[in-house]
Amino acid sequence: MSAILPFASTEARTNYLNVDYGWKSWLFTTDHKRIALLYLFSITAFFFVGGAFAVGMRLNLLTPEGLFSHDTYNKLFTMHGIIMVFFFLVPSIPATLGNFLVPLMIGARDLAFPRINLLSWYIYIAGGIIALTAIVRGGVDTGWTFYAPFSATYSNTHVILAALGIFVGGFSSILTGLNFIVTIHKMRAPGMTWGRLPLFIWGHYATSLIQVLGTPVIAITMVLLLLERVLHAGLFDPSVGGDPVLFQHLFWFYSHPAVYIMILPGMAVISELVTCFSRKAIFGYNFVAISSIAIAVLGFLVWGHHLFVAGQSMYASMAFSFLSFLVAVPSAIKVFNWTATMYKGSVSFETPMLYAFGFIGLFTIGGLTGLFLATMAIDVHVTDTYFVIAHFHYVMVGGMVMAYLGGIHFWFPKITGRMYPEGWAKFAALVVFAGFNLTFFPQFILGYQGMPRRYAHYPPEFQVLNVMSTAGASILAIGYLIPMIYLTWAWRKGPVAPQNPWNAKGLEWEQAPSPPPKYNFEHPPVVTEPAYNYSGEEQEVKSGG
Amino acid sequence: MNHPVVSVKVYAAVFAALLALTITTVAVSKLELGEFNFIAAMTIAVIKGTLVVMFFMDVRRATSMTKLFVGAGLFWLAILLVFLLSDYLSRGWRPALHWL
Amino acid sequence: MADSETIVAPHPRELQHHFDDSAQQLESSTLGMWVFLVTEVMFFGGMFGGYTVYRDLYPAAFASTSHFMNVTIGAINTGVLICSSFTMVLAVRSAQLGQKKAIIAFLVLTLLLGCVFLTLKGVEYHEKWVEHHIPGPGFQYADARYAHQAQILFFLYFAMTGMHAIHMIVGVGLLTVLIVMAGRNRFSGAWYTPVEMIGLYWHFVDIIWIFLFPLLYLIGHTQ
Repeated sequence: MSAILPFASTEARTNYLNVDYGWKSWLFTTDHKRIALLYLFSITAFFFVGGAFAVGMRLNLLTPEGLFSHDTYNKLFTMHGIIMVFFFLVPSIPATLGNFLVPLMIGARDLAFPRINLLSWYIYIAGGIIALTAIVRGGVDTGWTFYAPFSATYSNTHVILAALGIFVGGFSSILTGLNFIVTIHKMRAPGMTWGRLPLFIWGHYATSLIQVLGTPVIAITMVLLLLERVLHAGLFDPSVGGDPVLFQHLFWFYSHPAVYIMILPGMAVISELVTCFSRKAIFGYNFVAISSIAIAVLGFLVWGHHLFVAGQSMYASMAFSFLSFLVAVPSAIKVFNWTATMYKGSVSFETPMLYAFGFIGLFTIGGLTGLFLATMAIDVHVTDTYFVIAHFHYVMVGGMVMAYLGGIHFWFPKITGRMYPEGWAKFAALVVFAGFNLTFFPQFILGYQGMPRRYAHYPPEFQVLNVMSTAGASILAIGYLIPMIYLTWAWRKGPVAPQNPWNAKGLEWEQAPSPPPKYNFEHPPVVTEPAYNYSGEEQEVKSGG
Repeated sequence: MNHPVVSVKVYAAVFAALLALTITTVAVSKLELGEFNFIAAMTIAVIKGTLVVMFFMDVRRATSMTKLFVGAGLFWLAILLVFLLSDYLSRGWRPALHWL
Repeated sequence: MADSETIVAPHPRELQHHFDDSAQQLESSTLGMWVFLVTEVMFFGGMFGGYTVYRDLYPAAFASTSHFMNVTIGAINTGVLICSSFTMVLAVRSAQLGQKKAIIAFLVLTLLLGCVFLTLKGVEYHEKWVEHHIPGPGFQYADARYAHQAQILFFLYFAMTGMHAIHMIVGVGLLTVLIVMAGRNRFSGAWYTPVEMIGLYWHFVDIIWIFLFPLLYLIGHTQ
């Protein structure tokens, strides 16, 4: 039964935001909710830094002969990739929404290791500052993939700083994952069995497994790259017997599962949004939960699909190709289950649900094009073209970022105690959707027609599609700026929100005020019903109970 | 975690076994056994590692969850090594299977 | 799991607010330490992977370089670490039994043995320095056939043993903290979690060496 309090005045009540004031109470906090906000502001800042590089790239690509030199353009796409992958996408949902909601959703007072949580933010900031130092001192031009021997031996740019920044930042990810795993295992409220956990938790648990198992390998890869850069021992240098493909193996062993670190939390959000705005329990809860784990496990078995044309053996490539097809299955299962949830549900179109619809459609397109790339014969033609770029932007931006925005809007009243303006929010969602598709759909065609990625200049026949893509990017940028403005405004001046404005199921909605107090719950929760028990509520209403 | 305290004798026995196995592995390495040198050395290392994990780290009496995590860590290491090697070891296969 | 409706009795000093009871806190710490050790397995695993690949690619160079591995120091160091694991486990046992003097004694022994290991490592590294086997501009290898490949193999040797040594140094630091805490009477039969956790870490670092020793020092001599 949901407990919707009447419009309560948050000003009068003590919550995690107003319990303490002053910079020390924020910088030395151990409250997972405050740490989530610290992450939110820093991650948003990095998003705009990464976005600035994208602006530079798209401006350059307006004309075939471009604006910048090849060297400068190399730096733009490299920094765009490094910042977006390591300092935005990987931490985004887990460090913000995950940190805020995991304890609330399982009925705990905080994460298992609150001080390690704060430490993880400081480590993230340290890694970010090191990466920004690399930028400010002139940038890196190796691509975010740092392929050797160019990165290890020949590049004249700040590879060491960038690699060090990623190495340091990786520990933030590991600690967050470790914290979530222990929390979810050990701190669930009485009655909160694994089978009653919100799918948001299952998704974050699977993500945490990947973070813990995969990130150490990129850490050691960056260490080896750093040492190689300093000592020139030849570890990855073919001219002295080193193997550059070994670098690619070690790099992608993490970086492929990393994309599942990025998407699983997005899917976790979507599961919550779809069920709430269809007023219906998720279809196939067990399948969605197991699929999250399956994606985490299978995701570690496919990294060789990034090495199809690198000289990897054909037989290993075949195995990786087959496994890459397999990993699509659990993702597809989730899409089917979300759709089936909506079927005969009572669907409404508030902003979070608009983003959820956007996610489902765009992620499906992105995921399907992944299958094209997993097919070796096709990959030979479209690898290293804009087809690949369109593929991963569809899943990452059309998927992940939309889920992130949907989640921010959905839980905004819980986090701030205020409502955002629905009209502006819907408008922005539509602008984002339109801008996104205009930016990236032409890139599928460009890639298919043969335009290579990471090229500063291109043949004139590709100009029309590039202009369309840049036009789309400017619309997308506006779509991202609008929520920045109204969310900031709404935090201070928006209408006060009730405890459960969406009438949603879940401990964070039903048992914690908006915003929650420092230790989350006024009374320790006890769980007695399954997750998403929307029909239970309807039956009570029908029977007049 | 509230297990009864292990006797010193058990720890001492494990300690003695570890030292004995170390001496053994060094001795065996001096013999000319071809590929078997590697197998012997690795087998002994695995036994030593297992003794440390089971007795010194007390996984022998730990919860199933702990055992699962230990197993998962080893399994993931195996994934890394096996899949990595599968590339290098199968590169030479092409000529033999050119009829495919 | 604790019953959330019981009245909270005056709780032990070490029980943190977000935990329901000491059992939950201990289980969480233990699981957390094991998850961390799993990350360490993967961290070293990358280097073991690189080592395996290059050993497979360059068996002759590998055999050549193996003659420069100081098996004596390696073997002694293996023995030293095994002794230190023994003293560490006895330290944890003493903590379980609340024997303050024994805890400190065994922790100090463990720390000393760790320092012996690092000293011997230093001797070994010095040997390599003298022979010009440290990768970098000063590297020289007598057998010109394998010079390049040898540098790669030595690079991996230093990366793996160096990373292990760094973990030992961290361990020595942690042991120092434990000794200070034990000196201040922080541990009892009811609470000795840090001793147990750092014990797990120490044993793990020992296990890494148990595998490094044969792979780097023993194999390849007779090829």
